[in-house]
Amino acid sequence: MAKVNSIKFGILSPQMIKKMAAVKIEKAELYDPDGYPINGGLCDLRLGVVDPGLRCRVCGATAGNCLGHFGYLELTKPVIHPIFGKQIFQLLKVTCRKCGRMLATEDEIKDMKNPWKEIYKKPKKKCPHCDAEQKKITFQKPTTYREDKEELTAEQVRERLERIANEDLKLLGIKGGRPEWLVLTLLPIPPVTVRPSITLETGERSEDDLTHKLVDIIRINERLKKNIELGAPDFIINDIWELLQYHVSTLMNNEISTLPPARHRSGRALKTLAQRLTKKEGRFRGNLSGKRVNFSARTVISPDPAISIDEIGIPLIIAKNLTIPVRVNKNNLKQLKQRVLNGSETYPGANYVIRPDNVKKKITEENKEQIAEEIAIGYTVERHLQDGDIVIFNRQPSLHRMSMMAHRVRVMNYKTFRLNLCTTIPYNADFDGDEMNVHVPQTEEAQIEARMLMSVQNHIRSPRYGLPVIACKHDHITGSYMLTKKETRISKKDAAALLLRIGMEDHAGKEYTGKELFSLLLPKGLNIEFRAASCMGCKKCLKSACPYDSYVVIKNGVLKHGVIDENALGEKKGKLLNRIERQFGADTVKEFLNKASLLALEFITKQGFTVSVTDVKIKSSVEKRIEKMLEEAEKDVGKLVSDYKRGRLKKLPGMGARESLEALLQKKAGDVTNRVGKVLKESLSETSAVIMAKTGARGSFVNLSQTCALVGQEFVGGERIFRGFTGRTLSHFKPGDLGLKSHGFVFHGYKRGLDPYEFFFDAMNSRENLMDKSLQTRHSGYMERRLINALQDLRVEEDMTVRDSRGTIVQFTAGEDGIDPAKSDGGAINFDLLES
Amino acid sequence: MTEEKTINVSESGFVPKHELLSYEQAQELLKKLNISLKQLPKIKKTDAAIKELNAKRGSIIKITRNSQTAGVYYYYRVVV
Repeated sequence: MAKVNSIKFGILSPQMIKKMAAVKIEKAELYDPDGYPINGGLCDLRLGVVDPGLRCRVCGATAGNCLGHFGYLELTKPVIHPIFGKQIFQLLKVTCRKCGRMLATEDEIKDMKNPWKEIYKKPKKKCPHCDAEQKKITFQKPTTYREDKEELTAEQVRERLERIANEDLKLLGIKGGRPEWLVLTLLPIPPVTVRPSITLETGERSEDDLTHKLVDIIRINERLKKNIELGAPDFIINDIWELLQYHVSTLMNNEISTLPPARHRSGRALKTLAQRLTKKEGRFRGNLSGKRVNFSARTVISPDPAISIDEIGIPLIIAKNLTIPVRVNKNNLKQLKQRVLNGSETYPGANYVIRPDNVKKKITEENKEQIAEEIAIGYTVERHLQDGDIVIFNRQPSLHRMSMMAHRVRVMNYKTFRLNLCTTIPYNADFDGDEMNVHVPQTEEAQIEARMLMSVQNHIRSPRYGLPVIACKHDHITGSYMLTKKETRISKKDAAALLLRIGMEDHAGKEYTGKELFSLLLPKGLNIEFRAASCMGCKKCLKSACPYDSYVVIKNGVLKHGVIDENALGEKKGKLLNRIERQFGADTVKEFLNKASLLALEFITKQGFTVSVTDVKIKSSVEKRIEKMLEEAEKDVGKLVSDYKRGRLKKLPGMGARESLEALLQKKAGDVTNRVGKVLKESLSETSAVIMAKTGARGSFVNLSQTCALVGQEFVGGERIFRGFTGRTLSHFKPGDLGLKSHGFVFHGYKRGLDPYEFFFDAMNSRENLMDKSLQTRHSGYMERRLINALQDLRVEEDMTVRDSRGTIVQFTAGEDGIDPAKSDGGAINFDLLES
Repeated sequence: MTEEKTINVSESGFVPKHELLSYEQAQELLKKLNISLKQLPKIKKTDAAIKELNAKRGSIIKITRNSQTAGVYYYYRVVV
């Protein structure tokens, strides 16, 4: 294979087109009646070989080795190159229509910074060289030029470009070509290897889009020739000429905005030259920046709480298809022989063997015994994936580095990938049909590198906010809370069962409190105090004497006070996880997370946890209180509105009367909702739904109060609802009514049910939220792409400076403070921990 | 002709402090970072913030910025 030393971009001269061509194309037909390629047709054998087994007529190479050879087509009349339409226009404008010199004297040009631009902006009426009168030239995209409304033919354009002197070209900054080459007289015909025809199963031949387009061009070209020879009237010739121009234009680019795209017989637009390069599936983004890979697999995912966070369940079928090459040495010879003997069907087996001379052999049922006999030191066996192998697991969109992490393989039955629930957070995965990908690193270097840099436990703390992203969720948190609650007792028998399930032994053999049981998971030497998520935010914190048991105290690895909930184990919070990682390292947190999450799940499974409507049942006394609060609010609002109508409303700073009223009403609406929420929070007993809300497992108090009390103000476009009829939102209300009810305040909760108009307002709001969300994701996806392209080769050097690939400094200290958030405590450094 | 209004932006309080490095200081900086002038970020000679400094092409401007995370953060730009 020849080495590429340089690439030069330029315009082909007609001489060059002829020189590089192997054939002159003259016939529009592809094959003769026997199906044999016609000489001088578009499938001429001299254009290269595509069928295997044949040799090229020109260079003698076989298919695959011969890159193909160009042909050329002599155009009956010249045609403008559609991609350079604008450049041709500029050239026409800056040069004289008669003598071809630039429309400026040499002295003038000397003073100009950019002669092309300056002459183009103010074209002279008269040529300074030959005194010829200049006419106004206009350009109509893509290929039409007019001089005082009279159309210039491509021939005329070419003549003018020919007249431009070489010295003038230098001044214009045109290098390596003549401007008249921009008007095509010869058309290069790309080799057949560029536009291979496909043979369908029925034996029919289907040609490439480019071939179809070229056939059109040749047909029109022939017709033009015939008409000229017959001496047809000018208008007919011009029509055909224009058609030829159209076909050549669409050959280069079929998406020129002013031209209708050339279509296939089926009505589909043809994919011509420019379409092969552009867009996501084009040559650049589709084939050069991104490629399809081997040694990868994809299937649906499902949860498995019993495997470690750094493990992945691989279906047996996939394990038998993905392989790892292993070099045979004296220690593994026997083992690998057995693998080969098992063949590719029996697990654990092998699929291929590579001889020392690099010949690859497939292992089949027939030859497996023979190959097993043959292998010796120096051979390589491509064995099936086995437990403990390192693979890279990924879910798209890969938005951050935790979207691709290295897991340890665990081969399993059934056909889905299994992952631990804690790792769903960084992948943003759920199990409603999500699919994920696996990639198998093939070399030892790659495997070790993946293990050291990409392992799950090394990504527990996010480089975005410096706190755990691999953390407990939903039932893990509810479970931990239920377990560590003050009154929880676990019988000797249950404790033994629970501990066994998480792979620990019950040494004490006694009845445990929940806190004692949880303490078994904590490493010795751990001392930490923090507030739990269920903290009520009392004015004066009583610390370990907290009446709600919301102040967590851990001393030497024993949970003394407090409950374990979202603040200890959750994403972006995870104080406990964060501290264990900092103090004891990645492997210890991994173990802790595995055990704590499984223990919580086992416990909550055994105990049971149900949510129902009665969870948010409120006492009738509270109900009355809420009703009263709403009535009061309505009264207040009525007063504000009547004040406004009488012009007595006190204006807020920087606002008009109307604006002030709106601001006050919105505040009022928000206040009532908040106050009701507060009352509710105090009055609700500790039911399942409430537990989930206060521990941070799922849902919030806002959700609860919207369900059982009132939904509150609905907004559309950041305002109360005003759209609808003139002066009112719906025909249920009086025109001009400014009160809460008529502008989207929902007085009822979802449990009782909304009034029809309330439901309508709620739907308006929901609809806006839905649209916003889907637009937002698309928008941020594109921003992400642009950001990645801009920043992709910046790196932090040893002296903490951020530099690009040329060594230019971007930041003098990475991130201004030199802190790596992935190794920090929530973005800061905890100096207390550094001392120890 | 209208009289050209000049505002000294450094007085606005929103523009961080810009100062000119002496030749020795500049050499020291380049040596410390092990770079040539070309590898520094640039600032235009006509930039409003350094108008008063009368900096020449090729001299280095030290910018003292307030940083949310690091307190003070020094940035250097070469005048072009």
